[in-house]
Amino acid sequence: MLVHLRNPSRQITVDGPMSVVKLLKKLDLRRESVLVIRDGTLVPGDALLPDDAEVEVRPVISGG
Amino acid sequence: MKCRVCRESAVIDIRRHNANFCADHFLRYCRDQVERTMKEFSMATPGDRVLVAVSGGKDSLALWDILLELGYEADGLYIGLGIGDYSDVSGNYVRDFTSSFVANRESEHANSLIEIGLRDSYDYDVPTAADVTGRAPCSACGLSKRHLFDRAAHDGGYDVLMTGHNLDDEAAVLYGNVMRWQVDYLARQRPMLPAENGFPKKAKPLVRLSERETAAYCVLRGIDYQVEECPMAAGNRHLEYKHALAASEEASPGMKQAFYFGYLREAADLFEQSAVRTPDDGPGLVPCESCGSPTSGDPNGQPRCAFCRLSQRAAGADPVPVELLKTKRR
Repeated sequence: MLVHLRNPSRQITVDGPMSVVKLLKKLDLRRESVLVIRDGTLVPGDALLPDDAEVEVRPVISGG
Repeated sequence: MKCRVCRESAVIDIRRHNANFCADHFLRYCRDQVERTMKEFSMATPGDRVLVAVSGGKDSLALWDILLELGYEADGLYIGLGIGDYSDVSGNYVRDFTSSFVANRESEHANSLIEIGLRDSYDYDVPTAADVTGRAPCSACGLSKRHLFDRAAHDGGYDVLMTGHNLDDEAAVLYGNVMRWQVDYLARQRPMLPAENGFPKKAKPLVRLSERETAAYCVLRGIDYQVEECPMAAGNRHLEYKHALAASEEASPGMKQAFYFGYLREAADLFEQSAVRTPDDGPGLVPCESCGSPTSGDPNGQPRCAFCRLSQRAAGADPVPVELLKTKRR
């Protein structure tokens, strides 16, 4: 699957299918620190992402 | 994962409440949390004129949207900080939100956006002010914003100035203030500060929502916002505190909320009492000789506020590009 990451913006490819929780673990990200977005809406932690999925992993922590 | 309210498929889990929500019930949860907070801390009542400080980020745009959804008369205030492309893009998000979510809204109030550009109005920007004065960029930025927010709220006759500080922001500030025992700051760390000494009433209605929740609110409402981090904020102390608290929150969901609301419940009054001024403390606040804003004066005892000192030093200096300032600070 294609995964869009931020800060800095970049893309990586990850083999699927894989649950959101496992994807974040693989990326070494805390669930509370990001949102996973697919087709303009949120994907919950237990959702299974197919191999052809395109998702954005959006950080939510800001330093302002 | 099922919605706690309707049992339909959930789109988000909130671990500290042990709750999952579908999109509709999550949006309602956010509005309910804000409404509850505003009532609990007497932030505003229907009919009040509200000024919302908006940056183009998730928190302030979510706040403005929620206030309008709750039926408040709320204008936005955007300060153009001159932080290169980051500020240009942030301003565009604010303007797009205004045209899509504010101007088209059926409302009995003509809610609108006020814009102030530091470069246009005061002949400086944040990177240049940081370079000229030797202040950290976040310090020059915060000082400029606070002054202009207060000024706009006062001059516009608003009943309350609201900002999008969320639970993570407030917990991180509290953590920093406790770690350094900054008791004067602790005494003022409240979700609502009443109008006094020439300063407007200020309120933070998002303190019951985490920043993951305000981000989720924007995604589910279709609000586009500035996702990229401010290039000046990288490595600042506030971010360090947030990461430290995030690690604790992961191990113990609800820790941040317990920390912040426990402080308000158990300790805030004690710090506030210890900070009450006495006649021996000196003259207190006087009007700035340049702008008239309340100030404790400069280090030499002259009645000149910190904003006027900063802007007068930075105005007219050769503009310092963001990249150059970042290179200098390494």
